[in-house]
Amino acid sequence: MMRVEVGTIEQLPKRLGKCVRIGALELALFRTHDDRVYAVENRCPHRGGDLSQGIVSGEYVFCPLHDWKICLRDGQAQAPDEGCVKTYRVAVEDGCVYVEL
Amino acid sequence: MKRKLVLVGNGMAGVRCIEEILKLDREAFEITIFGSEPHPNYNRILLSKVLQGDTRLDDITLNSWEWYEQNGIRLLAGETVTDIDHEERLVRTDRGRVVEYDELILATGSNPFILPVPGADLPGVTAFRDIQDCERMIEYAKTYKKAAVIGGGLLGLEAARGLLNLGMDVDVIHIFDYLMERQLDPTASKLLQRELEKQGMNFLLRKETAELFGNGRVEGVRFKDGTSIAADLVVMAVGIRPNVDLARRSGIEVNRGIVVNDYLETSVPHIYAVGECAEHRGVVYGLVAPLYEQGKVLAEAICGRKGKPYEGSVVSTQLKVSGVDVFSAGEFMDSEGTESIKLYDEARSVYKKVVVREGKIVGAVLFGDTSEGRKLFDMIQRGDSLEALSLSLLAPASAGGKGSLVAAMADTDVVCGCNGVTKGAICRAIAEHGLKTVAEVRDCTNASRSCGGCKGLVAELLEYMLGAEASSYTMKETVCGCTDLSREEVIAAIKEKQLMTVKEVMNVLGWKNEEGCSKCRPALNYYLGMLYPGEYNEEAESLFVNERLHANIQADGTYSVVPRMYGGVTTAEQLRKIADVAEKYNVPMIKLTGGQRIDLLGVKKEDLPRIWADLGMPSGYAYAKALRTVKTCVGKQFCRFGTQDSTGLGIRMEQTFERLKTPHKVKMAVSACPRNCAESGIKDVGIVGVEGGWEIYVGGNGGTHLRAADLLCTVKTEEEVIEMTGAFLQYYRESAHYLERTSKWVERVGLEHIREVLFDVETRRALLERLHKALSATKDPWREIVENERLQQTLFLDIGDKEPVPVK
Repeated sequence: MMRVEVGTIEQLPKRLGKCVRIGALELALFRTHDDRVYAVENRCPHRGGDLSQGIVSGEYVFCPLHDWKICLRDGQAQAPDEGCVKTYRVAVEDGCVYVEL
Repeated sequence: MKRKLVLVGNGMAGVRCIEEILKLDREAFEITIFGSEPHPNYNRILLSKVLQGDTRLDDITLNSWEWYEQNGIRLLAGETVTDIDHEERLVRTDRGRVVEYDELILATGSNPFILPVPGADLPGVTAFRDIQDCERMIEYAKTYKKAAVIGGGLLGLEAARGLLNLGMDVDVIHIFDYLMERQLDPTASKLLQRELEKQGMNFLLRKETAELFGNGRVEGVRFKDGTSIAADLVVMAVGIRPNVDLARRSGIEVNRGIVVNDYLETSVPHIYAVGECAEHRGVVYGLVAPLYEQGKVLAEAICGRKGKPYEGSVVSTQLKVSGVDVFSAGEFMDSEGTESIKLYDEARSVYKKVVVREGKIVGAVLFGDTSEGRKLFDMIQRGDSLEALSLSLLAPASAGGKGSLVAAMADTDVVCGCNGVTKGAICRAIAEHGLKTVAEVRDCTNASRSCGGCKGLVAELLEYMLGAEASSYTMKETVCGCTDLSREEVIAAIKEKQLMTVKEVMNVLGWKNEEGCSKCRPALNYYLGMLYPGEYNEEAESLFVNERLHANIQADGTYSVVPRMYGGVTTAEQLRKIADVAEKYNVPMIKLTGGQRIDLLGVKKEDLPRIWADLGMPSGYAYAKALRTVKTCVGKQFCRFGTQDSTGLGIRMEQTFERLKTPHKVKMAVSACPRNCAESGIKDVGIVGVEGGWEIYVGGNGGTHLRAADLLCTVKTEEEVIEMTGAFLQYYRESAHYLERTSKWVERVGLEHIREVLFDVETRRALLERLHKALSATKDPWREIVENERLQQTLFLDIGDKEPVPVK
């Protein structure tokens, strides 16, 4: 397991996703209105949409391409759609954001 | 000290007069009302509806007990005034009560006329006049089967219909050859008879009642010709007599009714009469509209504000029997000196007749289709000349013509005849008080409060006034699953509670989903922007990516850039700049759009601000719910067919309306001749140049919902095109649902409605004012971002590429 520092909490505006690349891996980072931070693979299970640009509501993001609703906590696409994105554990320490790979 | 006002008679006419007095001066009088019936004031006209089962007794109360209380009125119900001492100015009652008065109003109404034949007092014989009669009939219908109604007039037929509904067999006995002879001509009457026979009534015409017979209770009716029928219940509906006993006893001049002058004053000072008991210029009225007119005049007089005198009324009649539409007004019979215009469609059972005397419309009878009744009634009252009668008025009602009826009415035309409420008054009330239902209109204006015959018209007016709002109010289309509220309710609440942010709207209006969803967030964002131009700051996190980044997201996550190219006209310099930018940023595809501009496709998100800076051109809004393009044809400058400068106007329109946010995208086009090379017929707003002017088409769509645009109007100048287009856009902005294209919106609210709104000079001016406020608050978003590093950082830049750094 690796723990990667991906940036500071200040770099994450609330309810606006940010994309971060770690090698070949592309993650979408989200900071909710109540300062929880989530990281998911930045690829919608439907057509690979850029989840980081979706509308965020609570712990869900709506994919900008076809409006799939994805849970940031467990990566599950919400019914009626089916699918899952990979999720990553996040830690915030002293204002720094770490993702466990 | 307050003057003492006593009203004898707690019925519709008297109480209405009191209401009018309260409106004029709440404090002037200490009011006492006597009523013989043990009920508060109720709507006698609707008794037939109660009998027919359409309305419950509770629903016909006009003034509740609380109303009397709240207005400080002493109501002595179930108590009858027995005499008036006008020397001492006091009244005495059957309970020995003595009440003083300064002013006394007699509104004793009328009594049903009971035929003076043997057996008229047998149990099972009733009039049809009050709640008690009504209850008696309902009770009888539970046990007995055969009913006879004596009297084939309005009241008799309504009673007969009620008894049919109660499951009885009904014979209607009428002394004349044909029914409702006081309101209908023979043709209409025969049609009516045919219809009612179909409904199950049996008619005995030219039958004069000789006696009612029965042992202990009524068992039948015998006629003067010797024939007889069996009947368990006999309803006498042969007419009414003004109730003048009290007045006569008290030395007040009485003829058929209590004689009054044009201010409803009787022969005795400080005593007035109003309603069915009063006789004015030789006429006693039995319909509600004249009584209300009288009440108003009397109220003014009694409050010391004598205004217009009462000069008599033209009356109109409508029969309240379901499935039958009959209307009559004025001089409806052909006679010497009259001519008439008739339409008789036997197949559809529609008959319309307008009677003309000396070129003026004096009367009308309608059967089968009474939708023009009110309009005709107004014409009769005004004494309009025959020319005013448009032929369409008499034409068979077409399926699509329904909505235009209220639209065609003048503001001064009366919608509710009973209460004299005009279209203008209703429209004002709807607008001023935000009324949404027929009940609200009724409570606010009195329209439809009496016979209820105009409910349909009121509903149409609501629909016509509220357009989009009315239909969605009934459909109840919620904004999204996060709320039970409709768009209209949300907007009303935003306005009323002055909500300023998306979050505030959701919190205050109890959104089920705390942060909303991808449907409501952008919608609320739009509504707030529309309602507070210049004040509301768009919330980036509530915008769909395209509008947040001012570029169109593509399947592969790249974006497209479409700079503004007014009217599809460009220059060598612009083209050169675009070519340079495309090369510099390795743009994978350069393509011409359907809207006559150039699309740079495959641009990386982080390059967008730089490309915009290099281009130095305004955003083409190709990504937005806003004005996209104004497509133009070549126009008269070069085209040999062109009649107008279409490119010039197109450019001007695009410059005028660019950056305007709309519920959905808006595409426009300007063609210089009807060959329509700019495809104006399938645009949200399409302009077509014709010799000497421009046609304006709206609601066209060339996309999902392929639809040919409707011709809104034809105007002469470019200024008028801009003005009308602006008003159209603003009205669309204000009344369409978010994501509703003009094609759908025009169909939903109706072109006629849109015309009514836009063609009204005042409304148009107000729309344009709000439009300009919205337009002046817009800025070019590309430039705004280019000039704002923080925005670029927040919205366009990812967090720098990271190498994985192993940790313990």
